[in-house]
Amino acid sequence: MTNNFVNGVLKGDPLSIARVITMIENNHEKAIPIIKTLHRHTGKAHIIGITGVMGSGKSSLIYELAKKYREKNKKIGIIAIDPTSPFSGGALLGDRIRMMNLADDENVFIRSMGTRGMLGGLTSAVYDTINILDAAGKDIIMVETVGVGQAEVDIVKIADTTLVVLVPGLGDSIQTIKAGIMEIGDIFVVNKADRPGVEQTIAELKTMLDLTRIVTERETPIITTIARERKGIDELINEIEKHKKYLKKNNMFEEKRRKRYETELVEIIKRKLTSLIFDETNLKEKIQSLTDQILKKEIDPHTAAEEILTRVIK
Amino acid sequence: MEKKIRVLVAKPGLDGHDRGAKVVARALRDAGMEVIYSGLHQTAEQIVRTAIQEDVDVIGLSLLSGAHMTLFLDVIKLLKKHKMNNVIVVGGGIIPEEDVPRLKKEGVAEIFGPGTPTDEIVDFIKKNVKQ
Amino acid sequence: MGGVKPGMTMFDGKMLDNIKKQKSYWEENCYSEAVKKKPERKDSFETLSGISVKPVYTPLDVGDINYEQDISFPGMYPFLRGIHATMYRSRVWTMRQFAGFGTAEETNKRYKYLLEHGETGLSVAFDYPTLYGYDTDHPMARGEFGKCGVAVSSLKDMEILFDGIPLDKITTSMTINGPAAIIWAMYIANAEKQGIPKDRIGGTIQNDILKEYIAQKSFIFPPEPSLRLIIDTFEYGFKHVPRWNTISISGYHIREAGSTAVQELAFTLADGLEYVKAAMQRGLKIDDFAYRLSFFFNAHNDFFEEIAKYRAARRIWAREMKKLGAKKNRSLWMRFHTQTAGCTLTAQQPEINIVRVAIQALAAVLGGTQSLHTNSMDEALALPSEKAVRIALRTQQIIAEETGVTNTIDPLGGSYYVEWLTEKMEEETYKYFDQIEKLGGVIPAIEKGFFQREIAKSAYRYQKEVDEQKRIIVGVNKYQLDEPITIPILKVDEKGEQHQINRLKKLRIERNQTKVKKALDRLRKAAMGDENLMPYILECVHAYATLGETCDVLRDVFGEYKEPILY
Repeated sequence: MTNNFVNGVLKGDPLSIARVITMIENNHEKAIPIIKTLHRHTGKAHIIGITGVMGSGKSSLIYELAKKYREKNKKIGIIAIDPTSPFSGGALLGDRIRMMNLADDENVFIRSMGTRGMLGGLTSAVYDTINILDAAGKDIIMVETVGVGQAEVDIVKIADTTLVVLVPGLGDSIQTIKAGIMEIGDIFVVNKADRPGVEQTIAELKTMLDLTRIVTERETPIITTIARERKGIDELINEIEKHKKYLKKNNMFEEKRRKRYETELVEIIKRKLTSLIFDETNLKEKIQSLTDQILKKEIDPHTAAEEILTRVIK
Repeated sequence: MEKKIRVLVAKPGLDGHDRGAKVVARALRDAGMEVIYSGLHQTAEQIVRTAIQEDVDVIGLSLLSGAHMTLFLDVIKLLKKHKMNNVIVVGGGIIPEEDVPRLKKEGVAEIFGPGTPTDEIVDFIKKNVKQ
Repeated sequence: MGGVKPGMTMFDGKMLDNIKKQKSYWEENCYSEAVKKKPERKDSFETLSGISVKPVYTPLDVGDINYEQDISFPGMYPFLRGIHATMYRSRVWTMRQFAGFGTAEETNKRYKYLLEHGETGLSVAFDYPTLYGYDTDHPMARGEFGKCGVAVSSLKDMEILFDGIPLDKITTSMTINGPAAIIWAMYIANAEKQGIPKDRIGGTIQNDILKEYIAQKSFIFPPEPSLRLIIDTFEYGFKHVPRWNTISISGYHIREAGSTAVQELAFTLADGLEYVKAAMQRGLKIDDFAYRLSFFFNAHNDFFEEIAKYRAARRIWAREMKKLGAKKNRSLWMRFHTQTAGCTLTAQQPEINIVRVAIQALAAVLGGTQSLHTNSMDEALALPSEKAVRIALRTQQIIAEETGVTNTIDPLGGSYYVEWLTEKMEEETYKYFDQIEKLGGVIPAIEKGFFQREIAKSAYRYQKEVDEQKRIIVGVNKYQLDEPITIPILKVDEKGEQHQINRLKKLRIERNQTKVKKALDRLRKAAMGDENLMPYILECVHAYATLGETCDVLRDVFGEYKEPILY
């Protein structure tokens, strides 16, 4: 069965790709041998991360970028991440709907993913999904993140090129963005640039960038777009291509990839260790009883943890 | 990590009444499912391609325009063609009682008429999703 | 008792003080005692919009009102009590049942049936392909022909639809939005063929694109060109078809999509003001076109809230139009059609829908509607059967002839509760006006998804209340009955679709193809400029260009609208 899926993915068969992604999301062991086999087929895709506040029009931008890339005959993969409700565990995965016309194009694969209680950042599920799309022959893989929280900053670890999307006049848009974002954007996009306040937003952006960025030989470009009117898309793609060339020229491409694999490796180890510890039923009970003891002040959390860990190591 | 139920709520054809589809989408989200809403004016091809890529367990079709016999069956036919046997199809909207038996015979798992409590839809899905 | 001086409120200060004392007495002695023995059924009582409702209303609640300024008389500013001085004492509302299904022949039969049974105005329901500007043989029309309205693909269909109906003696309302200008042109052309000149026909086209973006979703083109087309119709109507209402600014669909009464009121009026401003920007004089703006509201379940809503609507509209510079009285009138709320009718025990509709219709009448459609009991099951629509019509006739509510104007005026609620709804409406302004106006608010989100929130809240039994729907979550449906259900003739497709084929062969092409080319050129498009559309229609062919030209020039999806 592994072989069927592997071959399916390599052929670009959407059913196989989709099934494997589901297995990855559900932490199914069957996924592991598939991912293992596919690893050496990865590395060709250009991974673009897109982050920004809600309402900045990320999805519309991705839609227009995808259309443009399709004109250049590129195969596209899009991962759209939306927050999972911490209360219900469910999610309204609403990014895809803004790209609905792409559903007619078999060379565009769109997958919507919920954050599924990722405590912070993106999980290895996203990494693995990118790898699958890469192995399936996608030239461009765009990852759209939630826009709030750790995921925004984490995207830079996965992506080759990170886009940060803003809108003018969305109430102090620059100030509300965490300082971390200023450092991770390879290209800044001011979308909905027909709204009042564009010039001001660009000026504020430039100031923030000067303050927070380390001076390098590459000046961070700021592109204005009006995604719904298809304006600025050509310029944006230009900058994305320029960035890729810049990375390759200075050996930074390898360096970025290296960092990504390192992060991926660490994430997998973390995940496997976590499940090792927490999936064992005996330990579940033990944790419960230790928690009761902590409550009664019979033991403190650190000592309790040490107790568990010494057991596990045994 | 437990498996999440993934549902595609879709509006085939020209019908623009989306109140019910949106309410059901939210209710399913509140019940812990991952819901993709397709938006309006979907063809059967668009619906099925989305269902494939998103590897959904359920497709919920919402229709109030009376075109259900044509459009629901279009979706079912296409699903069969792609051999997507583990997707269950449910429907809602304005669908006369007398059309329900034929729809079910062709493969629609259930029709939820006006006034159905959202819990009923949630329970049905949870019970019938093919694991 | 001398005459009341202007500037004085309805009750004088001393009177109110006494009443206040009496109220305190009542609260401490009667009310609190009663509540102890028989606790109230709920923790709080609210209207469907969530407005808190007290046990009893008194002059204290309307103490600030100045009768002359705020309430006045029917036919006098601010028209709170009615836009005409005599209202139903002269003429009762028009009984106008929305109808249409299958082919033009079938619908023509239904219209004659309704007229025979006493309806006094016609109302056309079109099928989905027509609403979207597609001919019956378009691929997207597959399976949709005639299912929720009549299919009109060309002037030929319009001729059949009104065959034997004297268009100079009856007014027709047409629920059409995206392609409204074209369908209107077909109606005008058909009347001319019947020998009736444009200035003698009367009716309404819905033609309200803003609410399509917000709620009904049968839009075609983006906002800017859609507004251009709408103002073209205002202009053409004013000059050539003076008895025609070129727009029906609608709240019905906003309510059906799940909004509250306050939202229905606020969003509809905001849309209306947007159209007025757009027309004035084009250079039209407000007193020239304002009289031909009409409105369309929902009649929902909360009886008094609906009545307050209609009254508040009249007063707000008059005030705002005055602010915009309207000088003539007729420019300040809010003339409206009402339809009882389809979304409140149940598939379960459908006969009881007759009762719901009767109560909702009564609210519309007590609210002073100019025209009324009552839904049929089979609303949640299918299009109306003959029997069901007849009963719906009889409902209106009973209200008009037997109840006596038409004997006096605005009978609920002066009710402490209704006057208070009217003021409250106005207050809440202005809050929404402020919000919309902060967002930059109606169109920016639409693009930001403001209305759509408010509506979706209200819809979800309503459903949750029903699911949790906090809101009871008889027959659905209480007093249920498991019985099969025994009322007759209308079936749309399946052969109709092929019949229509054949008719279209024949039409395309028999007409003068050169004439058609020329007309469509001239329309295309005009659409790219800024001339009024009505004459060009009329030319296309007269040449028997189809609806789809004409719309395709406009789709090409204007583009198609894609909604910004927000839940």
